[in-house]
Amino acid sequence: MQNMVLTPPVPERVRLSQRLARRGFDVTTLLLLPALLFVMVLFVYPAIYGLWLSLHPMNGGGWLANYTAFFSDPYTYDTIFTTLKLAIPVTLVNLLISVPIALRVRHMRYQRMLTTILIIPVTLGTVLTAQGMLNYLGPLGWFNRVLMLLGIIHDPVRLVHDFTGVFLSQIVGGFPFCFMLVLSYVTGIDPSLESAAAMLGAGPFARFRHIILPLLGAGLAITFCLAFVQAFAVFPSAVLLGAPSGPTRVIAIAAFHAAYEEYDYSMGSAVAIIMGAVQIIVVMLVMKASSLLYRGPVAGGKG
Amino acid sequence: MTFNNEMGARLWRLAIWVFIGFFIINLVGIIAAVVVDSFGTSWFNSWLPGGFTTGWYRQAWSEFQLGGVLLVTFEVAGAVLLGSALLGVPAAYALARRDFPGKRFVMLIFVLPLIIPPFTYGIPLASVLYQFGLGGTLTGVILANLMPSVPFVIFILVPFIEQIDPRVEAAARVFGAGTWALLRTVMVPLLVPGILAALLLVLVRTIGMFELTFLTAGPGSQTLVVELYYSVFAAGMRASQSIDAMAVIYMATSLICLVIALRFVDPTQIVGRAKRTTH
Amino acid sequence: MTISAKNFRELRLEGMRRDFGGMNALKDISLTVRRGEFIALLGPSGCGKSTALNCLAGLLPLTGGSIWLDETRIDHLKPEERGFGMVFQNYALFPHMSLRKNIGFGLRMQKLPREVIDAKVEEALALVRLTKQADKLPGQISGGQQQRVAIARAIVVEPPLVLMDEPLSNLDAKLRLEMRAEIRRIHNMIGCSTIYVTHDQDEALSLADRIVVLRDGEMRQVGTPHELYARPAHADVAEFMGYRNILKAQAQSHDGARLRMRVGGAEIAGCAIEATPGRDVIAAMRPEDLTPSEHGPIAASVISAEYRGRDFYGLARTPEGLDLWFRSDIAVRPGEALRLGAPAERVLVYAGGAA
Repeated sequence: MQNMVLTPPVPERVRLSQRLARRGFDVTTLLLLPALLFVMVLFVYPAIYGLWLSLHPMNGGGWLANYTAFFSDPYTYDTIFTTLKLAIPVTLVNLLISVPIALRVRHMRYQRMLTTILIIPVTLGTVLTAQGMLNYLGPLGWFNRVLMLLGIIHDPVRLVHDFTGVFLSQIVGGFPFCFMLVLSYVTGIDPSLESAAAMLGAGPFARFRHIILPLLGAGLAITFCLAFVQAFAVFPSAVLLGAPSGPTRVIAIAAFHAAYEEYDYSMGSAVAIIMGAVQIIVVMLVMKASSLLYRGPVAGGKG
Repeated sequence: MTFNNEMGARLWRLAIWVFIGFFIINLVGIIAAVVVDSFGTSWFNSWLPGGFTTGWYRQAWSEFQLGGVLLVTFEVAGAVLLGSALLGVPAAYALARRDFPGKRFVMLIFVLPLIIPPFTYGIPLASVLYQFGLGGTLTGVILANLMPSVPFVIFILVPFIEQIDPRVEAAARVFGAGTWALLRTVMVPLLVPGILAALLLVLVRTIGMFELTFLTAGPGSQTLVVELYYSVFAAGMRASQSIDAMAVIYMATSLICLVIALRFVDPTQIVGRAKRTTH
Repeated sequence: MTISAKNFRELRLEGMRRDFGGMNALKDISLTVRRGEFIALLGPSGCGKSTALNCLAGLLPLTGGSIWLDETRIDHLKPEERGFGMVFQNYALFPHMSLRKNIGFGLRMQKLPREVIDAKVEEALALVRLTKQADKLPGQISGGQQQRVAIARAIVVEPPLVLMDEPLSNLDAKLRLEMRAEIRRIHNMIGCSTIYVTHDQDEALSLADRIVVLRDGEMRQVGTPHELYARPAHADVAEFMGYRNILKAQAQSHDGARLRMRVGGAEIAGCAIEATPGRDVIAAMRPEDLTPSEHGPIAASVISAEYRGRDFYGLARTPEGLDLWFRSDIAVRPGEALRLGAPAERVLVYAGGAA
C-alpha cells in the first residue's frame, strides 16, 4: 500500500515519446512521413489548388463562371453523357465476360500462362493498342479482310475513327484488368463451399446463384468502380481511334482542349473536377447499392 | 435430364474457350499488324506487304531522334524507380508493422492516386508543376510519374511485409541484433524479392504511363509513349511504317520488363492473395 | 414431423479405385455398409481415406469399380444427384447465410414448400441445440457451434448416408469429446448410415460400429472396434492401434497358435495372429500389458517414467538395446533395474520380414 503512495500518478511522468509509442507512433511509424508528405504535396495539394483555380476563372465573371459556362453549353456538357455512354457499357461488358471466364480458369493448370497473355494489353498501353487497332481494324486491315474472305460482309465495316473503335479498344485494354481482379476475388472463395452446396443438391447454376454470386458481390462492385473510373477517363484511344470532335468527344478531351489548346488552366481544372465528381457519384451509387449485399469473409469456417 | 445438363455444360465451356481464343487471336492480330507493317516496304490492299526491310527502323531512329527519347524515357524510369523505392519501402514497412490512429485515413490518401485515373488529376497536377516552374521539365515529368508510383509500391509491399512473421525480427533483436544489423541481415534479404517485383512493375508502368507524362512534358522531356502518341496523332505527316517501327521499339521495351516482372510476381496476387485451402 | 433417414438397405462399394497421375490413391476398395451403421475410415494422413470419402461424395470421379445404393448404381451421378449429407473438415458453412439459411439450403434446393422447410429447420436447430443462435451468421459463433450447424445442415435433408471428413480435427480436446457423443446421438436418432474419416484411433474406437483401417490406399482390416483393438490382423495395423512395442523376435517352439520366441536375451510367450512360416516373427505388445513383475522374463533398466494419475508409464531399455514401453502401478525411477513381462494372450505375433 505504501508503494502506491510513493509512486506518483502515472500519466504525468510518462515521456511524450512513450505516450505516442503506446498509441502506435514511434520511429517506425515515422518512416511513413516522407511518402505521406510527398503524396500530400503532389496529390492533395494539386487537388485543392485545382479546385481553387477552377473557382477563379481566367476571364473573370464570378467564381462559378467556369462551371456555369460548362453546363450551359451542350457542346461541353454533352461530353459527360458521351463518356457515360461509352464507359458504362464497356465496364459492364468487361465485367460480364470476366466472371464466367474467371470461374472457368481458376481450376486450370495453365492459369498463369493465360493471365500472362491477358496482361499484355495492359502493358502495351492505350497508345500502342490504338495504333495497332488502326492497322488491324482499318478498312484494309486483316480483320475486315478475314470477314470478307469468310463472306460475312461484302464491304469493309467502319470500325475505326468511330465509336466502335474506342469501344473495342476499351475492351482490349479493360477486359484483362477486370479479369485479373475478378479472378483474384473468385480464387478467394473457399472451394469447399461449392462442394458443400453440391452435396446439398445444388446444381451448377444454383451454386453460382446462391453461393458464388453473393460472395462475389462486393468484389464485383469494387471491380466495376475501378474499371469504370478508368474507362471514364479515356483519352488517347478516343482521340486516335475515335472521332474526337463527334461521337467520341469524351470529357477528357474537353478538359485537355480547355487547358492545353485554349491555355485556360482554370477552365481545364474545372472540367477535370467535374470529371472527378461524376466518377465519385457513380462510385458512390454502386457502393451504396452493394452495401446491401453480403460483405465479410468468404471462407467456410476455421481453415 | 443428365444428358441435357452435360450438353449445356459442354456448350458453356466451349463458348468460354471460343471467347478466350477470339480475344487472343485479335490481340495477336493487333500486335502483328504493327510488327509486320514496321518491316514492310509498302502495304496497300493486300494481306502482306510487298517486301520486307529494316530500313524503317533506321529512319524512325533518325526522324524521331529515338536515341534522345529513349534516354529521356530511361532517365525518367530510373529516377522514378529510385524515388519510389526510397519513399515507398519505408512507408510500406511502417504501414505493415504499426497500427495507429488515423491509419485508415493514411491508407485512403495512398489509395486515391491509384484508383483515380491519371487524366482526372493530371491537369491540376500539371498546373501546380507549372506554378513552381517545373512544367515541361524533366524534373516535372519525374515528379508526376513518381506520384502514383509511390503508393503503388506501398500497396504491393504491404501484404508482402505482413506475411513476414514479425517474430523473425523479434528473434533477431533478442539475439542482440541492433537496428542496422537487423536491417542488413534479416529485413533486406527477406524483402529483396518483394522490392524487386514492385520496382519492376513500376518500371513497366512508368514506361507505359501516357497521361501524366503527356500533360506535364514539354519539348525535350517527352518519353517514348508520348512521342508515339504525337506521331500517331499527326499520322500522314510521316510514313506509317516508321511510326510502327517506333511502336515496336516501345512494345519490345515494355514487354521485356513485363516478362521479367512476371517471373517474380503473380499478377492476380497483386490485388488479393489467392487463398486455397488444400486438404 | 421428424427427421429420419431415407429408407434403404445397403450401400456397396465394389472394387472402388482412384488413380492420381499414375499413383494409386485407392486400390480395390470393396465394402458393404448396412443401413444405420456407423463406419470409421481410419488411417494415417495420406492413406487415401479422404480420397475415398470424396469418391463416395462424387467430388472425385472413380477410375475403376462401382458404387451401389441397393440396386441403383450411383458412381456416375454428380454430387448434387446423390443426395448424401457431408460434413467438411473446415465445416464449409456458407458465410453469407444465417444458420437457419445454411441449414435450410438443401431443403430449398429440393424446392420443398416453405412451411415444411421451416419446420424441419426448426427441428434440426433444436436437435443440435442452436435455436437461440438461429439468425446469426457463421462468423459470429464458436467453432463447436459451427460444427453443429455443419452437422444439422447435412442431416436435415434426411440423407441415407452422411459423410464426415475429420469433423473434429479443428476443435480443442474437451469440445472434441463432447462432439463425439453428440455425433453418435444424432446418428442414432435419425438412423442414417455414417462414414466417418479420422486419423484418431480413440475417435474411431468410441464412435464406430465397424472400423476400416486404410494404409497406402489399401484396406488392411475391417472389423468391430473390439476386434481391431484386441486382434489387429497385421503388424502395421497393430502399430496404428496402439501397440507401441513392435519387436523383432525368433520363434523357438510352436504349440498350436501359442509359441515361444526369443526377444533379445529373453524368451517370451505369445499367440500367433497370422501364419508364421519362418523363424523371424514380430511381437506386438501394448505398453499397458507390459508390466514389471518379479519373474518377468525381460530384464531392463528404466530410461524415463511419467506419472499418469493412477499409474506410471515408462520407457525401459534391455541390455541388448531394445526400447520397451511399459506400465507400472508403483512408482519407478530412471536407472532402476526391472524385470518386465506380459501375459501370453496379450503378446500378438505376426510373420516377420514384412514390417
